[in-house]
Amino acid sequence: MAQGVWTIAEQRDGEIRKISYELVSEGRRLADALGQELTVVLLGANVKDKAGEFGAYGADKVLVADDARLEPYTTDAYVSVISQLVKSGEPALLLLGASVQGKDLAGRLAARLDVAMAQDCTAFAVEDGNLVATRPIYAGKAYAKVTFVNSWPQMAAARPKVMAINEPDPSRSAEVSDATFTLDDAELKTKVVDVIKDESGKVDLTEADKIVSGGRGMKGPENYNILEELADVIGASVGASRSAVDAGWRPHTDQVGQTGKVVSPNLYVACGISGAIQHLAGMSTSKIIVAINKDPDAPIFQKADYGVVADLFDVVPALTEEAKKYV
Amino acid sequence: MNIIVCLKQVPDTETQIKIAADKQSIVTDDIKWVMNPYDEFGVEEALRLKEKHGGEVTVIGLGPKRVTESIRTALAMGADKGILITDDALEGSDSLAHAKALAAAIKELEYDLIFTGQRGVDDDLGIVGAAIAEFLGIPQLSLIVKVEVGEDGQSVKVERPIEGETLVITSPLPALITAQKGLNEPRYASLPGIMKAKKKPLAEKSLGDLGLDSSAFGPDARKLKILELTPPPARAAGKIIEGETPQEKAAQLAKLLHEEAKVL
Repeated sequence: MAQGVWTIAEQRDGEIRKISYELVSEGRRLADALGQELTVVLLGANVKDKAGEFGAYGADKVLVADDARLEPYTTDAYVSVISQLVKSGEPALLLLGASVQGKDLAGRLAARLDVAMAQDCTAFAVEDGNLVATRPIYAGKAYAKVTFVNSWPQMAAARPKVMAINEPDPSRSAEVSDATFTLDDAELKTKVVDVIKDESGKVDLTEADKIVSGGRGMKGPENYNILEELADVIGASVGASRSAVDAGWRPHTDQVGQTGKVVSPNLYVACGISGAIQHLAGMSTSKIIVAINKDPDAPIFQKADYGVVADLFDVVPALTEEAKKYV
Repeated sequence: MNIIVCLKQVPDTETQIKIAADKQSIVTDDIKWVMNPYDEFGVEEALRLKEKHGGEVTVIGLGPKRVTESIRTALAMGADKGILITDDALEGSDSLAHAKALAAAIKELEYDLIFTGQRGVDDDLGIVGAAIAEFLGIPQLSLIVKVEVGEDGQSVKVERPIEGETLVITSPLPALITAQKGLNEPRYASLPGIMKAKKKPLAEKSLGDLGLDSSAFGPDARKLKILELTPPPARAAGKIIEGETPQEKAAQLAKLLHEEAKVL
C-alpha cells in the first residue's frame, strides 16, 4: 500500500534551490492531510551536510543519494536513482519542482515508473486519499483540476514561487539516512561538457522576486535602459514581451509568456505591454501586477492591480526617482 | 541522417477557449487548428540538419484526420515523408498512451535523431517526448536551443538554458531532442514547396496497424483524470492611479506599492 509524501529536492553545486523549500512546505501540508510522513529525497555529490536543513521546514525524513555521478544533474542518473528509491520506498505522492530541471526530469521519470504526471501545478489538495492538482492549461485560458487513477506514486510538479514556504522551526529535525541504489555507468549516456554562466549575473526571471518588463511600447532596444535603471533601484530583473523579442530588441531568455518563461514574482511591472493572452500566460500568477501603458483600452489593465494610463517614457523615470525613497 | 519529427495540432493561440457544459473538455466548434509551435521548431531543425548532413526527414503526426494538414505543411517546408497515426480509439488518451503509439510507429523506421516539441501548448504537460525516448530506450535531451551533430554522425552536442546558465550536453545517437523556443526561426513553406508536398508519401496508420491493443488507449485507460475545467481564477479588480501629471501618478504608485501592496 503506497504510503508517504516524497519531495525531490533540487540543488546545484551543493546549494539547495528555493523551490525545494516550497516543496517541503507544501509536502508537509499534504502529509498532514493524509496523516502520513514526509520524506525529502536529496541527490548530489557531497550534499549530505545539507540534508538536516529540511527538518525545520517540516520533513520527517531525508533520504540522501550521494554519488559523484549525481553531480551535475543528468536525466539518466536522476531517473535511475529516483525510480529505484520509489520502487523500494513506495511513496503515495511524489512531488518535484517545475523548474527547467524538473521539466526535464518529470516526463522521463513518469514514463520509467509508468505513472501519470501533472506539470506546473499552482495548487494541491487531498481528496479521499488522492492528490488533486490544479494546473493551468491552454496558456492559462483555463484551469484543470486533475487527479490520478491506477497510478502510484501520484506525481506532480509545482510551479516555482507559488507554494508558500513555512516559517522554519529550529526545534524540528528530520531523520537523515543514506539511500540504497546502484548506478551502472553504461546507463549514463548523456554528459554535461560545459556550463556557460549568464554574463549579466542577474537573477533568472523564473526566480526573480520583482520583474520590470517591456513590450512593443518601448519602441526600440535602446530604450530598455530606463527599465534597467528602475530594475536596479528596486532590485528587479528585466523581462520582455514576445513582440520585443521577435523584433530582436531583447534576447529569447528575457521573454515572458506562453512560448517564453512563466514567472511568478511578488511584483510584475508591465511597461508598454498590451496584455495579449499569450503574455498573460507567463505572468498571471504574479502577486502584484502593475501596468503602465498610454492606451487606456489595453487588455493588461483588466489584470493589473495598479494601472497607470500615461506615457511610460514619463512614468518610468519618475517612478525610479520615487522608488528611491522606499528602498 | 534519418531524422524523425513528431507533431500534433493545437488550437491557435489567439483562440478563445470555452469550457464545454460537461466541464471536462473544451468546445471545439470554432477552433483554428495549427501545428504546435514547439513542434515547428523541431521540423525546422530537422530540415537544417538534412541540408547540412544529407538524409531524410520523416514527419509523424498523431490525432484526428485534420492533422494531415499540419503534416502537409511540414512536407511543404521540406520534409520527405509523412505518417499520420489516426484511430477513433486514440480519442481521449493521455500522454503516455500517445507516446506508446508514436514509439510503435518510430520502431518501424530507421532513425538517428528524433525531434518533438518541448510541450504542447494545449495541455502544457511536456511528457510525450521524454516518454517516447523511454519506450525506445534512447537518451532524451529536453528544452534544447542549439543542436550540433558530430562529424562522424554518431553523437550530438546540444545546449539547454537553465536558470542563470546554459548547459552544454553531449549524447550518443540515436537520441531524442525536445525543441525549445530559440532553437531556430521556422521557415514558411514556399509555393513550390506546397506543390511538391502534394506528391510526397503520406501514410495512415491505425493502432491495429501498429500492433497495438486499443484497450490501452482512450478515456478508460487514462491515468490522469480531469475532474473539472474552470475559467482562470479571477483577480480582484485593480485601480487606475489618479494624478494630473505622469510624475504625480508615479509618486502615487510608488506610495501604494510601499504602503498598500508592501512590495517596495
